[in-house]
Order: sequence, then C-alpha cells, then structure tokens
Amino acid sequence: MRLRLYYPITMLKILKYSFYDLMRSRWSYVYFAFYLLLGVVLLFLNNDLSKAVITLMNVIIVLVPLIGTIFGVMYYYNSQEFTELLLAQPVKRSSIFLGQYLGVALSLSMSLILGLGIPFVFYGLFESSAIWDFSLLLVTGTFLTLIFTALAFNIALTNENKIKGFGYAILLWLFLAVIYDGLFLMTLILFEDYPLDKLSLIGTMLNPIDLSRTLILLKLDISALLGYTGAVFKQFFGTSFGFIISFIMLTIWVVMPVLRIVFKSKKKDF
Amino acid sequence: MKHIIFLIAAIFMANSTIAQTIEVCKTCPNSTLKKGIANAKSFDTIVVKNGTYKEHNVIVDKPLTIIGKNYPVIDGELKGEIITIISDSVTVDGLFIKNVGNSYTEDYAAIRVKNSKHFLIQNLVLEKLFFGIYIEKSRYGKIFHNKIVGEAVEEYNSGNGIQLWYSKNVEIEHNFVQHVRDGIYLEFSDFCTIKNNESTLNVRYGLHFMFSNDDTYQDNTFENNGAGVAVMFSKRIKMFNNTFKENWGTASYGLLLKEINDAEIEGNTFEDNTIGINVEGSNRISYKHNTFKENGWAVKVKGACYTNIFTENNFLYNSFDIAYNSKVNDNAFDRNYWSNYTGYDLDKNGIGDVPYRPVKLFSYIVNRTPETIILLRSMFIDIIDFSEKVSPVFTPDDLLDNNPQIKKLTW
Repeated sequence: MRLRLYYPITMLKILKYSFYDLMRSRWSYVYFAFYLLLGVVLLFLNNDLSKAVITLMNVIIVLVPLIGTIFGVMYYYNSQEFTELLLAQPVKRSSIFLGQYLGVALSLSMSLILGLGIPFVFYGLFESSAIWDFSLLLVTGTFLTLIFTALAFNIALTNENKIKGFGYAILLWLFLAVIYDGLFLMTLILFEDYPLDKLSLIGTMLNPIDLSRTLILLKLDISALLGYTGAVFKQFFGTSFGFIISFIMLTIWVVMPVLRIVFKSKKKDF
Repeated sequence: MKHIIFLIAAIFMANSTIAQTIEVCKTCPNSTLKKGIANAKSFDTIVVKNGTYKEHNVIVDKPLTIIGKNYPVIDGELKGEIITIISDSVTVDGLFIKNVGNSYTEDYAAIRVKNSKHFLIQNLVLEKLFFGIYIEKSRYGKIFHNKIVGEAVEEYNSGNGIQLWYSKNVEIEHNFVQHVRDGIYLEFSDFCTIKNNESTLNVRYGLHFMFSNDDTYQDNTFENNGAGVAVMFSKRIKMFNNTFKENWGTASYGLLLKEINDAEIEGNTFEDNTIGINVEGSNRISYKHNTFKENGWAVKVKGACYTNIFTENNFLYNSFDIAYNSKVNDNAFDRNYWSNYTGYDLDKNGIGDVPYRPVKLFSYIVNRTPETIILLRSMFIDIIDFSEKVSPVFTPDDLLDNNPQIKKLTW
C-alpha cells in the first residue's frame, strides 16, 4: 500500500482517467451520435459528397467551437471536487490540468472524427475526389476542438462562479463566431478607401473560427477568392503560403491558451 | 455520239496537260517550295517530300494543292512571313511551319490567305509563331485539324493563333491552339462556324469576336486561358455545347459578353472559373440548358442588360450564383436548378413552392469592398443574407426564379 502511494501520478495517467471517464459518460455518446446522424442525413439528402462537405463545413465551424467551450467548462466544474482531491496528492499541478484538458479535447475530437468519418467512409469516401476536402475538414475540426476546450478551461480557471463561467463561455463563442465578423465587416467597409488586403488577412488570423473558415475556403472557393486584385491576397491564396501560415497560426492558437492553463493553475488558490 | 467521244477525249487531254503533280525535295529539280510554285501551272499538285526547307515570303499566286509528305519542315528563320496565298482554290496540307518573324509594325503570319475564295488549310503544325493562320478578306474556306503551339508570354509582343479579318463563311474545325495571344480571333467576320476546337493556355482569350455577326461556335473546349471566350460588339452569335474551364484570375471569365444582342447560349458547361459569364450591355440573350459548376460567380451582370432570359440551367455549388451591380432588373429566371435553394416542395410537382432569390446581399458588399470576400461563408454573412432574402432592400425585389427545380436538370 505504501509503495503505491509513492508511485508517481503522471499527466498521462490523469489524461487516461479523464478520457475513460468521458468515454463512459452519456455526453460523449450524445455528441458522437449527433455527428453520426448529421453525416448520415447529409449524405442521404444530398447524394453528393462535395455538397455534403460544404454543408458540413458550415456546421463544423459553428458547432465544434460551441460544443468545445460548453463541454470544457462543464467538465471542469463537474470534476472540481476530484481535482481538489488530486491536488492533495504529490502531483504536479500542470499535470492535473493538462491531463484533464487533453482528456476532454481528445475524446471530443474522437467523437467528431469517428462520428463524421464512419458514414462518409461507408459512402465511398476513399474512391471520391472529396477525400482531401474532407480530411481538411476533420483536421480543422480537431484544431477547433483543441483551441476552444483550452479557452474554456481558461475561463473556468479564472471564474469560481459557475454561472459566470458559463456566461463568459457562451459570450466568447458568440463573439468569435458572429460578432467579430460583424465588426470586421464594418471596419472593412468604413475604411474601404484605404488598401485593406493586409488588414483583412490580419483580422482573419486573430480569430480561430475565421482562420479555419479561410483554410476551407482555400479549398472550396478558390476561384472566387482569386477574383480580387490585391497582390498580398494573390500571394496568400494563390500559393501554398496561405495554407502554411494558417496552420502555423492555428497551432499558436492552441499553444497560447494551453500555456495560460499551466501558468494560471500554478498560481491559483484552491 | 461523235460529240461525246470528242468531249471525253478533250477532257482527258485537258487533264493530262493541266493537272500535273510536281515533287519538291532536296535533290529534285525543284529543291524549294518557291521553285516548285514557280514551275507549277494552275490546278497542279505540289508534293513536298520530307526535309527542312529554309524559306520565307513564299507566295502562292495560282490555284494549287500543296501537300506535305511526312511533315516536311518549312523554317522561316525568324525573317518574316512564311506562306502568303493570294489565289482562289488553294489547298495547303500537312506541313510543319516554324520560326515566323516577329515585328511590332507588321503582323507576320505562318500562313496568310489574302482576298481568296475556296481555300483549305489542313493538318498543319505551327510552332514558334507570331501570327498563325491569318485569313484576310477571304470567303468560303476551311481551316481543319491544325495544331498551333506558340510561346506567348505577354500580350503586346505576341500574335493570335487563327485570325479572321473581314472574312465570311469560313469553317474552323478540329484545331488545337495553345500558348498564343488569342487562340482564335474574328474581326468583322460573319457567317463563320467554329467547331470542335481546343483552345487552351492562351495569354488573352481562347476565342475572341469583334464586330462579327451571325457566327456559330459549338463543341469547343476553352481551358486555362486569360479568359475563355470574349464576344464583343457582335450580333446573333450562337454558342452551343462548349466547355469553359479553369479560367482563373482577377479579370478572368469563362465567357465575356460585351455589347452583344440576340445571342443564343445553349448547352454549355462553365466549370471552375472565377466568373462564369460576365455580361455587360447585352440584350435579348437566351441562356438555356447550361451548367454552371463551382465558379466564383456563375453570372455577373453589369449594367444595361435587358431581356436576358435564363431557363433550365443548372447552378451547382458556385460561391455566388448571380451578381448584380444595380437595383434595376429586366432579366428573367425561370425553371432553373439552384443547388443553394433551401425551399421545399409540398405538392411534389418537382418545382419548389417558394421562389428563389439568386442575388445575395453579400455579393453587393463584395462588389463595393472587394476585400470583404474573405468573410465568405461566415455565419454573420449568412445572417445578413437571410434577412435580405426575407425583405429585399438592396437587391432587386423582382429578381427571382418562381419555379426553381427540386432536382438537378438533365437533358
């Protein structure tokens, strides 16, 4: 018994625990079932992989961040007692929170990939030309899950009050998914007399939802995007440059909030 | 009876004296094409044997049939025009012509037909050219199955593949034109038929009409050109079953219509173009049975277009279906299939119960501030598009398809 107590509890162990805990929870199945249903219904109604991919893109860009934030906040508050128990053990704080974060993010990503992947594979994805568009969709979906779960953990760590935490989480989603684009559009129209191509690209980089949208636009709407004359646009969209920069920015968007989780959890009083 | 025998004998003798076959080869008495033509009489056939002939300014001034055996090379050594035809009823067949001279003052061509009738130019291969086949003030000819591959990079110092100028009743068929300025160019040329050609990778247009009326082009493919086809200042042009593909860029269209009246556009496919059709100041045009697939803009309508009628077309997954820059609309859309249609069909007659509005508010915004294109497919844009759809303020409120099809159309 004594030996076991000294056996170090690592981040991996906590990750495993969180992951299995979530795998057993009803919500993971609901989430998985939702994507499965979405995929099946879309393919059933459309009979066309490329159109289904376009519809899916709209869904993924809006819903994945929403589910990621809500789920992240919910999981944190629900497992608060267990976290406090863990904190009494000789475990590094960063391991606890990173473990939990990765547990949530990975189980959500898995539901997304399996839920959407299974119907598409059965529908003949591998023989279709849409396979690259579809994989890009899944990769962006996974990135969005990682980003928004991390942001949710940040919100939950800073707010003891559950109601406030949920409120901020929904506000964050609403801001990034809708309001930001509204403000962005207003800015562009307001300053239309000035060269705007750099500004519009920077504006896109600062919002992970816009960033993933652009990444998918690069695949689906490249012919429309090339209609604009700006040289910076042309370099960004016409070459693989845009693709690489977008992925780098998405990675930064994952790393920054995760670093803040580590930093915040070290200082926090429980 | 006597008369008939005499007549037959006369024809036989006439034939043997007039229609001779003259051979041109390196070791023959006629060692160049020029010598061959000089020694030939009208209606003779000149057979050019395999080899390289360094010649330019070859003038064909009598009705001759010039046939190349195994593609002899006529090398112009960049000195100027290579073959000029100034006689009626000339046939040129099976030559490989290259190295046409470049000039900023004169339009040197690989082969030019001037003031002639009943010419036939076929099975030629043209390379390293300035202008390819230049038909000037000529009628009733045929340009058939030629391959023209240029090296054009800039518009100002390159020529066109096949050019017609003040010519009538010319048939252009089964040609393959690449890397020139305009693949095929018609200026002041009426009643021409352009069929089954493939015009790709050209600097400017795949096919270009200027002040040309009553022409037909069909079953052609235009791919990856600066812009696919430009039809300007022309009347009664028929455009059937052509394919316009991958014409990408800022001023790039599948088809550009400028000041066109009474045209018919039927059964064409527009795929992956920045703009499928760009329409400016064009009236009474019928668009029928066309397929617009995955274009940036399927159709962009700019000012002063009246009575354009779109019936039974497929609009599939375009970023924008129709874009307008004004609030006035005199064009009709009926019985089209729109993949972006979200209505329903409760009475199951195959026609949607709610009209479709093909012009989105966002296309107006993009028209005004082009950089906003980056917000395409954003949720905020969907919301404002939706509110505009419910109560049109900026888009013409009578611009709608009252009978949108539920299923993709097949013909």
